[in-house]
Amino acid sequence: MTNDIAGIKKADVILIIGSDTSAAHPVIAARIKQAVRDGKTKLIVIDPKKITIADYADIYASHRPGTDVAVLNCLMHEILKNGWEDKEYIQNRLEGFEEFKAEVMKDIYSPEYVEKISGVPAETLRAIAKLFGTAKTASLYYAMGITQHTTGTDNVWSTANLQMICGNLGVEGGGVNPLRGQSNVQGACDMGGLPNVYPGYQKVTDAKAQAKFEKAWNCKLDNKVGITVTEMFDAMYDGKLKGLYVMGENPYLSDPDQNHIIKAMETIDFMVVQDLFMTETAAYADVILPAAAYAEKEGHVTNTERRVQKSNKVIDPPKGVKADWEIIQLIANAMGSDWNYQSPRDITKEINLLTPQYAGITWERVGRNGLQWPCPTTDHPGTPYLHKGKFARGKGLLKPIPFQEANELPDEEYPLILTTGRVLQQFHTGTMSRKTEGLNNLAGPMVMISVYDAEKMGISNSEVVKIATRRGEIEAPAFVTKRIQPGVIYIPFHYSEAPANRLTNSAIDPVAKIPEYKVCAAKVKKTN
Amino acid sequence: MQVYLNGKAYEAKPGETVLQLALRNGIYIPHLCFHEKTGQAAKCRACVVEVEGIPGLKTSCNLPLKEGLKISTNSERVLDAQRMVVDLALSSGRHDCLSCEQSGNCELQDAAYYLGIERPTYQLYEDNFEVDDSSEFILVDRSKCISCGRCVEACNHTVVNEVIGFGERGFATKIVFDGDIPMGTSTCVQCGECMQLCPVGCIIDKRAVGSGRNWELDKVETVCPYCGVGCRMEVQVDRKQNKITRILGVDDSPTNNGMLCVKGRFGFDFVNSDERLTSPLIKENGSFRDASWEEAIALIARKFTEIKKEFGSDAIAGLASAKVTNEENFAFQKFIRKEVGTNNVDHCARL
Amino acid sequence: MNFYRSHILIGIDDSSLEAGVKEIEQALQEELSKLNLTDEINILETGTLGYFGTGVSMMVYPEQVTYVNLKKEDIAEIAKEHFLKGRPVQRLILDNTLTRQYDFNYKNRIVLSNSGIIDPENIDEYMGAGGYEAWEKALTSMKPAELVEEVKASGLRGRGGAGFPTGLKWSFTAPLTADQKYVVVNADEGEPGTFKDRLIMEGDPHKLLEGVMLCAYAIGANRAYIYIRGEYKLCIARLEKAINQAREYGILGENIFESGFSLDIFIKIGAGAYVCGEETALIESMEGNRGNPRSKPPFPGVSGAWQKPTVVNNVETLANVPAIIKNGASWFKEFGVEGCYGTKVYTVMGDVKLPGLCEVDMGTTLRTIIEQYGGGMKDGKKFKAALAGGAAGVFLNDTLLDVNMDYNSLKEYAAVLGSGAILVMNEDADMVDMLWSVIRFFRHESCGKCNPCANGNEILYKTITRIRNGEGCEADLDEMIKVSDVMNQTSFCALGQSLIMPVRSAIENFREDFLARMK
Repeated sequence: MTNDIAGIKKADVILIIGSDTSAAHPVIAARIKQAVRDGKTKLIVIDPKKITIADYADIYASHRPGTDVAVLNCLMHEILKNGWEDKEYIQNRLEGFEEFKAEVMKDIYSPEYVEKISGVPAETLRAIAKLFGTAKTASLYYAMGITQHTTGTDNVWSTANLQMICGNLGVEGGGVNPLRGQSNVQGACDMGGLPNVYPGYQKVTDAKAQAKFEKAWNCKLDNKVGITVTEMFDAMYDGKLKGLYVMGENPYLSDPDQNHIIKAMETIDFMVVQDLFMTETAAYADVILPAAAYAEKEGHVTNTERRVQKSNKVIDPPKGVKADWEIIQLIANAMGSDWNYQSPRDITKEINLLTPQYAGITWERVGRNGLQWPCPTTDHPGTPYLHKGKFARGKGLLKPIPFQEANELPDEEYPLILTTGRVLQQFHTGTMSRKTEGLNNLAGPMVMISVYDAEKMGISNSEVVKIATRRGEIEAPAFVTKRIQPGVIYIPFHYSEAPANRLTNSAIDPVAKIPEYKVCAAKVKKTN
Repeated sequence: MQVYLNGKAYEAKPGETVLQLALRNGIYIPHLCFHEKTGQAAKCRACVVEVEGIPGLKTSCNLPLKEGLKISTNSERVLDAQRMVVDLALSSGRHDCLSCEQSGNCELQDAAYYLGIERPTYQLYEDNFEVDDSSEFILVDRSKCISCGRCVEACNHTVVNEVIGFGERGFATKIVFDGDIPMGTSTCVQCGECMQLCPVGCIIDKRAVGSGRNWELDKVETVCPYCGVGCRMEVQVDRKQNKITRILGVDDSPTNNGMLCVKGRFGFDFVNSDERLTSPLIKENGSFRDASWEEAIALIARKFTEIKKEFGSDAIAGLASAKVTNEENFAFQKFIRKEVGTNNVDHCARL
Repeated sequence: MNFYRSHILIGIDDSSLEAGVKEIEQALQEELSKLNLTDEINILETGTLGYFGTGVSMMVYPEQVTYVNLKKEDIAEIAKEHFLKGRPVQRLILDNTLTRQYDFNYKNRIVLSNSGIIDPENIDEYMGAGGYEAWEKALTSMKPAELVEEVKASGLRGRGGAGFPTGLKWSFTAPLTADQKYVVVNADEGEPGTFKDRLIMEGDPHKLLEGVMLCAYAIGANRAYIYIRGEYKLCIARLEKAINQAREYGILGENIFESGFSLDIFIKIGAGAYVCGEETALIESMEGNRGNPRSKPPFPGVSGAWQKPTVVNNVETLANVPAIIKNGASWFKEFGVEGCYGTKVYTVMGDVKLPGLCEVDMGTTLRTIIEQYGGGMKDGKKFKAALAGGAAGVFLNDTLLDVNMDYNSLKEYAAVLGSGAILVMNEDADMVDMLWSVIRFFRHESCGKCNPCANGNEILYKTITRIRNGEGCEADLDEMIKVSDVMNQTSFCALGQSLIMPVRSAIENFREDFLARMK
């Protein structure tokens, strides 16, 4: 998030696009609902499903999955056409406006045309553009509904374009606010758990950064960008990758095209999995290492608003279990190195030294409420919202983003669009949430299907149906509802007994390498 | 702004009420419905005080302060009225502290203790309350409800799920879910905010019943392990059993303001699960066998070193984790980059 | 235009409708035309004639004859005897000795000046009687602040029960700047035995509307709501009709009389909760919430309906305003007594000969009201008690018969004027039963918001039931006073605070009734 959670209530208008907020980020959803309930904030929700938070919206639009760029460009088309953009902001803080404008002012982004692309009535698009464009400050929230597309980067860029031309970046109550889906996904990125950057987003291809880390770690480092998770499994499949070390991940359920993942894991020579449980992935490992749970160790985690908070040790780990950092250190030293961390505090110190954004976030300073990076010095108060007064790169860059369709579209054989996501009561691959019986009682596998399609196929509520794509087939009970648009089905991906990712398409965004979970072609069949 | 409580001068903050000022300065005034989070409701009427120059008693929770105000929180008249009011609340339901889950953590009990009420004077309830145990995680025992309205306020204004309301009137007033249906079949999402704010033993954690008194449990603050919001929570631990008993949200946290969701509050069974791995495992001939840490680590080191030698560093890759700490992710990527010698490190940020 | 020999005023109100007034009117029409009298005798529908329990009634001018309890079979006789032969049918006439003094002498009537005279469903009749003159005067020649001053100067006090000075109330809201202000009429008349507002609205709906308009102009509100109880079907119908007529005439709507001032009035129907007579509970209910009172401050004058400045006034209060504006404050001050000016509408019920409605000067004694307007005690029985001010009132004994009935004088005796309901009881009445039904009423009507009222009423009810069943003891009486005293000191709103009045007065003034049950 460019902005902070506390700033939610300062927005005049909030736009949620591609985030089932009350299911995936319930507490942020509560904050948004509070703002709406207080009567000051207007809410716009754009999502293919009529998600719970849409019930609180002033305007709700149901767009066809994969048409986000068309919808966002249309909003900007209308905003520019009516002169609702922030001209001063564009003049002073942005560049690339003319090229950008030339793209979005094309006729294909007129409300009438985009109605044909997205299924959202032109009048609704106009109403959204007006409400959003004329707001004093508007904030935008998204999650994987924006990113998990072959056009994920384009989608993200479009949200940024919209917020830039409206002058909503770098102000309280504004911002482009992606909601991070896991407790420390932000921290894992910040700490260099990415193939192209060291901690603090220092590029591995940057010689200065390389030299800095070589000096600190007293070693030689590689200056070529590594491979991403999706590429790793391709390389495993092709036999190019021989060894894999997995710490607390479950790609068997979380990665696209499950059959491909299984073959990859079967092919690889040596795989280590470090986890709390015998996960579906661990079953394919050569060595499994038992790790401590979050409550059994200390350290820091960074949330979606870049707030670094202390995670404290609550109970002792079970006998025979070690914390992840200890295990890593044991392996490093067994491979001949000389690591000597006595506790996580020693690592925190090293993070402070090598990560500029975290330099001021010391063990002693974090306190109960944490600190928001960037926090460059030990007397810096932290940064609730980014890009205040000036963008990180100087001028904000507007980029023309042409609309492109998703990689796999419905056809005669696979007439439906399958989109995936989460439900409130379960989490990710279920490794944690599915151990609580009550949560399982509340939410099991299902496929959401529109009343229209269900009636056409003679499918009744909770009837078990077959869902198939070009990659595989699963069975799940049907949830027949008006909340999803005709022609679209939705399956949550938490369940190993009905794994949505056996069905999903592994086509990826060329830049972010993110798979297109939100759109693929599928068909539904009755089982009897 | 200076005001006087029981004859002593205190400095009041702007916007503060008499009750807030008193509580901030360690002066207890019985109160059952006021909570910093749900605000004043002036429903329980237990917080009445006397103000010089104003006839009658005033509820301190909604009494704004004015320069020089002279307030008595403990005159005979005030205590008599408070005693009667708290007595009425006690008389209204089945408040049996002996077996009540909230004993030791009950605001009605605190008020009765302060006012020296041993037993309720009247018995107004009839023993025909049904406990609503239809919900997976939350138990509702209406015989202990004092109609303070915190749960209603919290459900409608804090978490804005709009499930709980008041039904009926007068003495028959009760909290209802949707149109008075069992909690488990209502639209309740079991975020547990109502439970966290209930001042008595009416809305409680179903699974924690009988698992330990409030004072027996250790309380440790940490961060929720689920989504990326980073809700701060108070974990209550049974030290003797090394077990998590219940989880509450931390009210003064800037991230979640005490709110949690059903997963964060109730989905902690995995930590104490019997299915936890407790020994390294090595696969031999297609099945796993227990191994010592030394053996497992040595095997991993040997295999990685061999692959590195034979196929080069780039033939190895690592998946860091969105569920472990910054320190551990830092150590992981350092391991992959430094010891393995490749930038093949990623995690499931995209998935 | 015809010149009629006689005019027949038929009272159309909720109770006469129930008694079949429409059928009787039809029959009268038929009889008259059979006798070829339709050119000589005129039938007019009007609001209530002010009597209670007299079924279908009608008044004949200029003879000043009032027929009561009419049945269909009486009509032919009346038509023939009275209208053809000029001999009123004595057996059907209301006892002349009982006919209230004011019946044909309207000088003491402000609020009810048109009731029972004009056709309430015809705006022209209201205007013919001088209606909307005040509205025109205000809009064309007065500033809003002058209106507030005039009402302030008149000393008009709220007729809903509490007696708060109306002009003062307006003066809190008038100077506030807000994008929206409201006038809300409290027509949720819920006090047992009180139906004055109903009869005002049934008999002269335009008078209320004019009062609303004047108030709205004075405080700068351009929306007004009449919150009325759902049972008042006839009132609702007549008010709706009246509002539509006013809109048609351009008296309501945009830019009224080219003054730049706009106003519209809407009706909101309540669901019959006593507590919704409390202004903040009324506002909550109007907004669609549970009818529970709100914390004060902020008072509705500052933050009321939808958090906007709102003046909430009772029907009777607003019905006084047109006359005040038209005739001036000093005219108004000729009525009533020092400090409590104007008239008061009472509903006199119970063991009197002629139960019903009357409008008398403020400060008239209870004795006068009972004897002159209630026709005296029924069946030659002795006066024992009066419950004055509705359920939340005080049980008065005969020592208070000569006290002036006004806000100030009653205060000295810890009594209240309340809604103006007077329930008169004779020597046969038992105060234990009376108090029991009052408490049962409160227990039923407690909204349950605050602990002392919800639980206190339950205790009072259990205790009085015990006493009534002969299982009580003297200590119970002290306990009841103690509980209602704490309720008085700690309850959220006037509902729970009021119990002390009936409880204490019943127990203290009629202790022997209670002791008699404790043998």
